[in-house]
Amino acid sequence: MKTMILMAATLVLAAPLAIAGGPDDDTLTINDDIEIVTKTDAPAHLDGLDTIYSGWHFRDDGTQEMEMDDFDNPGMIFVDMARDTWATPEGAAGKSCADCHNDPESMAGVRAVYPKWSEEAGEVRTLQMQVNACRTERMGAEPWKYDAGAAINMEALLASVSRGMPVDVAIDGPAGETWARGKELYYTRYGLLELSCANCHEQNFGNYIRADHLSQGQINAFPAYRLKNAKLNGVQGRFKGCIRDTRAETFSPGSPEFVALELYVASRGNGLSVEGPSVRN
Amino acid sequence: MAEGVKPRVKAPKKASAGEVVTIKTLISHPMESGQRKDGSGNPIPRSIINRFTCTFNGQMVIDVTLEPAVSTNPYFEFEATIPEAGALEFTWYDDDGSVYEDSKSIEIG
Repeated sequence: MKTMILMAATLVLAAPLAIAGGPDDDTLTINDDIEIVTKTDAPAHLDGLDTIYSGWHFRDDGTQEMEMDDFDNPGMIFVDMARDTWATPEGAAGKSCADCHNDPESMAGVRAVYPKWSEEAGEVRTLQMQVNACRTERMGAEPWKYDAGAAINMEALLASVSRGMPVDVAIDGPAGETWARGKELYYTRYGLLELSCANCHEQNFGNYIRADHLSQGQINAFPAYRLKNAKLNGVQGRFKGCIRDTRAETFSPGSPEFVALELYVASRGNGLSVEGPSVRN
Repeated sequence: MAEGVKPRVKAPKKASAGEVVTIKTLISHPMESGQRKDGSGNPIPRSIINRFTCTFNGQMVIDVTLEPAVSTNPYFEFEATIPEAGALEFTWYDDDGSVYEDSKSIEIG
């Protein structure tokens, strides 16, 4: 967490909370430039919700404000680290990301369509899996462990260059089977508490869970810098935390179950802007 | 030697004479407190930024002592009155003797 020494605090956000715990009416513009769609109509496949909200709406004004400027967003430190990694040759082929892909900015739009069916691999791949395929096949480098620091930093870099673009993951065609699997997981109750994702994030978003607000569990804004652990957190690590909280044995980040769930949850946010790296508590 | 240390500063390029401007600084640094132990139970030695200063044309604007309880990536936001054109010099002092510096010039206009 940033050490803040504020001699004069100015509140940019003055809009009041709509209802206690519920999504507020603020709007998000990053660097006075990138307009972020944080609230829109739910995609057609989604029956349980009418309007979808980014988790940004459920945080307090101070946390929201940190995301409005790259200097104030601690997640951008990790994006900078990934920029260095991007340009550093690694592995047997002596190549860096930049040798094939030039600037990270050339990857704009990529984050918005992942997880995505890979024709050559015959499977649905998350962004991290695709990066690792690049590392092992093209660079001859060691793959990163799923949700490891370097992998999440790279995901954050790729997200940062796509900010403002609408999430648009494909749910039909060859990805359909994985998507259906993810949907089944979403509505399956797990653990001693017998909770499914939907029990909290579809039926009770906007209510309190202990002292915190329940969001819709949208993942358009991942990776997320969490003030509680002062680092970037991946989607699947978050899934694991959620399932653990139902007192269940969880799947592992990188497992086929979580890949399917990531595709399904991403599709629930089709239409929201890519927002990562975001700031959450 | 702490790794990945990178100072960042955000200050306006222009100000009118006598204007109070807001300056933001951030340095990426692990701020290892000295209280933690590694996997085999040995204490990890303290390694923090222990002092931060900002001067304007040689005159001290702010001089901060940091203690081990300060979190990772210390961030400071403060105000300064800019009487004339000149340069803000920022200096961070590391426990290991390293000194990190940055500077920003401000025009009057």
